[in-house]
Amino acid sequence: MQLQNSSILPEQASNFAGGVDALTLYILGTSLFFALLVVVLVVIFSLKYRRKKQTEIGVPVHGSVPLEIVWTLIPLVLAMVMFAWGAVIYMDFRRAPSDTLDVYVIGKQWMWKLQHTDGRREINELHVPVGRNVKLIMASEDVIHDFSIPNFRIKMDVVPGRYTTLWFRATKTGRYHFYCSQYCGTSHALMTGWVTVMEPAEYAAWLSGGAQDANPAGAGEKLFTQYSCNTCHLPTGKGRGPSLVGLYGSKVKLADGTTVQADDAYVRESILSPKAKIVAGYQPLMPSFQGLVTEEQVLSLTAYIKSLQAPAPASEAPAEAPHMGKK
Amino acid sequence: MSATESRPAEQFPEKHYLNADYGIRSWLLTTDHKRIALLYLVSVTFFFFIGGIFAGMIRLHLLTPKGALVSPEVYNRLFTMHGVAMIFFFLIPAIPAVLGNFFMPLMIGAKDLAFPKINLLSWYLYMIGGGLALFSFMSGGLDTGWTFYTPLSSVYSNSAVAPAVLGIFINGFSSILTGLNFLVTVHTMRAPGMTWFRLPMFVWANYATSIIMILGTPVVATTLALAGMERLFHLGFFNPQLGGDPVLFQHLFWFYSHPAVYIMILPAMGVISEIIPTFSRKPLFGYKVMAAASLAIAVIGFLVWAHHMFVAGQSTYAALAFSFLTMLVAVPSAIKTFNWTATMYRGSISFETPMIYAFGFLGLFLVGGLTGLFLGTLGVDIHVHDTYFIVAHFHYIMVGGAVMGYMGGLHYWWPKISGRMYPDTLARFSAVVLFIGFNLTFFPQFLMGYAGMPRRYHSYPPEFQVLNILSTAGATVLAVGYILPIIYLLWSLRYGPVAGRNPWPSTGLEWQTDSPPPTENFHVTPTVTWEAYDFENRPDLGLDKPLKTDDSGRGHD
Repeated sequence: MQLQNSSILPEQASNFAGGVDALTLYILGTSLFFALLVVVLVVIFSLKYRRKKQTEIGVPVHGSVPLEIVWTLIPLVLAMVMFAWGAVIYMDFRRAPSDTLDVYVIGKQWMWKLQHTDGRREINELHVPVGRNVKLIMASEDVIHDFSIPNFRIKMDVVPGRYTTLWFRATKTGRYHFYCSQYCGTSHALMTGWVTVMEPAEYAAWLSGGAQDANPAGAGEKLFTQYSCNTCHLPTGKGRGPSLVGLYGSKVKLADGTTVQADDAYVRESILSPKAKIVAGYQPLMPSFQGLVTEEQVLSLTAYIKSLQAPAPASEAPAEAPHMGKK
Repeated sequence: MSATESRPAEQFPEKHYLNADYGIRSWLLTTDHKRIALLYLVSVTFFFFIGGIFAGMIRLHLLTPKGALVSPEVYNRLFTMHGVAMIFFFLIPAIPAVLGNFFMPLMIGAKDLAFPKINLLSWYLYMIGGGLALFSFMSGGLDTGWTFYTPLSSVYSNSAVAPAVLGIFINGFSSILTGLNFLVTVHTMRAPGMTWFRLPMFVWANYATSIIMILGTPVVATTLALAGMERLFHLGFFNPQLGGDPVLFQHLFWFYSHPAVYIMILPAMGVISEIIPTFSRKPLFGYKVMAAASLAIAVIGFLVWAHHMFVAGQSTYAALAFSFLTMLVAVPSAIKTFNWTATMYRGSISFETPMIYAFGFLGLFLVGGLTGLFLGTLGVDIHVHDTYFIVAHFHYIMVGGAVMGYMGGLHYWWPKISGRMYPDTLARFSAVVLFIGFNLTFFPQFLMGYAGMPRRYHSYPPEFQVLNILSTAGATVLAVGYILPIIYLLWSLRYGPVAGRNPWPSTGLEWQTDSPPPTENFHVTPTVTWEAYDFENRPDLGLDKPLKTDDSGRGHD
C-alpha cells in the first residue's frame, strides 16, 4: 500500500490495519462522491437559476416519487455494504483465535501494568513477537480506561469489575504508541506507552533476560495460602469448597442446574462475588474477597488455579491424535 | 435589501410586543412566548460565550505538545465545562427555546403556546439549572467529561460533580415542559385551514424534537440523579465495588444523549427547510417525505444509542444490531440533503445572508453526516473511536449543522423579531468567515484522529503539533465569525432600516403580521388557504406568476 506512507494513513502494523484502512477508503470514496455530487449541483443551480428579476418566482416543482425512491435505495444499499463489511472485521476483532500468547494488562490511574504469562512484568511498555497472535486480558483497578494502538487500528475499553480482551497479530517489527483512549481523570494524557514488536528470537531473548520476576502462579500459590483458600478448597474435593484441580477450562455444574465454562471471568467472579454462581453440591459459605484482593492478585490467583492441572497426563495427547487422524 | 426597495416603504408599527409594557417585571413575569424567547436568546447567548471562552482556552493550550497554558487539572475542567455549557445550556435549548418558542405559534397562526405560564416556568428551570452549573464551574469546577462516565464521576473525581448533576437534572424539566408545550400547541392551536400537511417544515421539526425531549430527557435526568446518589450516599448503581455496573451507566446516558444530538440537529434542519424554499421561491421538494424523514430520524434515533459503546465491552451481537440501526438512520438524513438540493432546481435563487448560512449548513452537515458513517461502521469505529476523529465529527454536526442552522434562522427571522434589517453585506461576510474558520478549526482534527490522537489529552506526541496549530488558528477566525453578528445585530436594533412585514418575501404565516408582531401575534386570526411554500398562488406577495409552466413535477408528491 502506497498510501500508508503518506500523512493520511498512519503506518499499518497489525493483521487488522489493512482491512480497516480498506474499509475506510471505501467509505471515503463513497462519501466524496456524494459530497461532490451535492456541492456540484448546488453550484450549478446557484448559477443557472439565480434570480434575474426581483419579482420572479421559481417553477413550482413539488417533488418526484421516482427520485425519492432512487435516493432512498442507493444510500441504503451503500450503507448496508458498509455495515456488513464493518461487521466482518468486528467479528474477527472480537473473536480471538485459540492459539494466542496471553498478556495480562491492568489499567490504573494513571499507568499500565502488564504481565506476561511466564511472569515478566512491564510498566507502560509491551513487548510482543511479530507474526504471533497475542491476546491482552485486561482489567481495571479503578475507573474505565481504554487500551488503544492506532498503528494496529484497534482499541478496547478496560472496565472495572470485568475482564475485556483485545487480540492482534503484529505484522511489522518496530515501536508503536499505545494510548489510554477513555478519559480517566487528571493524568489521562500520561497513560501512554509503547508496543515493541520484535523478531521471535529477539523476543525469546528479551523474555528470558532482565531480572526474573516472580512467576504469577507462584505468587498466586502464596496468596492461596495467605488468604486460607487452601483450608476449604482441598485438592481431594472433600473440603467445604470444591477442588480447584483441573478446574480451569472445564465445565462446572452449578446448583441451579446450569453449567458454566471455568474461564478467567468465572474464576474472577467466584473470588469477588462467590454467591453469584454456586457449584452443585456445595453450600454458599465463601466470603467475598471484594476489596481485599487487587485485580493483580486476582490475576495471580487465576494463574495459580490454571496451573493446577488434573493429574491425568495420558488423557490428552494420545486420545487426540487418532481422533484427528480419522477426520 | 433589494427585495424591500422595490416595495412601498412600510412604517414601524406603533404598538408591538417589545413596547407593550415596560420595566424589568414586564420581562421577568411575562407569559408572552416572544418575550420568553428573547429571555432564552439572551441566556443561551451568555452560555454560548462562556462555553466559547473555555473552547478558546482549550485551543490555546494545545498549541504546544506539552500544553501551553494550564495544568492538567485545569485543562480537564475546561473541556468538561465547555461540553456541559455548550450541550446542556446552549445547543439543546438554542433553536427550540429561542426560535421555536418565538415562531411556532406565529407559524401556525396561534396567539401563544398552549401553556404560557408553563413556558415561563421552563425558562426559570433553565436558569436555576444553569445557575447550579455555573456554581459548579466556580466552586471547584467539573472534570468528569460532559459524559459523566462512572465510576470516574461517581467515585474518583475531586470536583464539584453534585451541583452540576443537579443543575442538569433540573434543566431537564425545562426541556420536558417545552416539549410538552410544543406538542399540545401544534395539536390544538392551529389556525383555521392550517392542516397538518400545510405546516411549515420548521413546525414538523420541532414537533419531532418535542417527542424526543419528552421521551428521552427523563432517562438522562434519572441516570444523572443515580450517579449523584452513588457519589453522595454510596449507593451502588454503577460502581462495581458496590455491586453496580459501569457499562449500565453508559447505556442509560446514551439512551438520551444520542437522541439529544437529534434535538440539536432536527430543528436546524427545520430552519434550513424554511430558508431554501424562501430564497429559491419554490415549494420544498418532497414535502411529505421531508416530514416523514424528520419523524423517522426521531424514532430510529432512539434505537442507536449503543453505537457509542462498540469498544465498551458490550456483547458482539448487540454491537452488530446497533451498527445496523445506525446505518439505517443515515438514510433519512441523506434523503433530506437530496431534497434540499432538489428544491433549488429551477428556482429563482437569491443569496441573502440566511441563504449563505443554509449553504454553510449543507456543506458542513454533509461532512458531519458522512463522517458519521465511518463511526457507525464497526470495523472503522474500533480505530477512530475516542480519537479526535470523533471530536471533529460531532463538531461538524453540532456546530457546523446545529449552530449554522441557528445562525441562519436568527438572520432569517431577525427582521420579524426586531422589525429591523441588519447590514446584509457584512452579515454575508461574517457567514463566510464562520464557514472558513470552522473548517480550518475542525478539518485538521479528522486527520489527527485517524492518525491516532486520543481526545481529552492535555498533552500529545509532537507529531500532531502542526495539525493542532492549524486548528487553533482556525478557532481565532471562528471567533471573529461569532463576534461580528453580535455587533451588527445589536447595531441594527437602533439603526437598521425598517424591515416591514415580509422583507424576503416568504409564504409563512409569521410574515403576515407586523414586524415586530403585536403581543397577540395577529390583529385578526388568520385563515390559511394555501399550501406551505406555495409562491405560485400568493398574489398578496406581489410576485410574478411562474414564467414557465411545469408539467413534470406537479402532483407527484
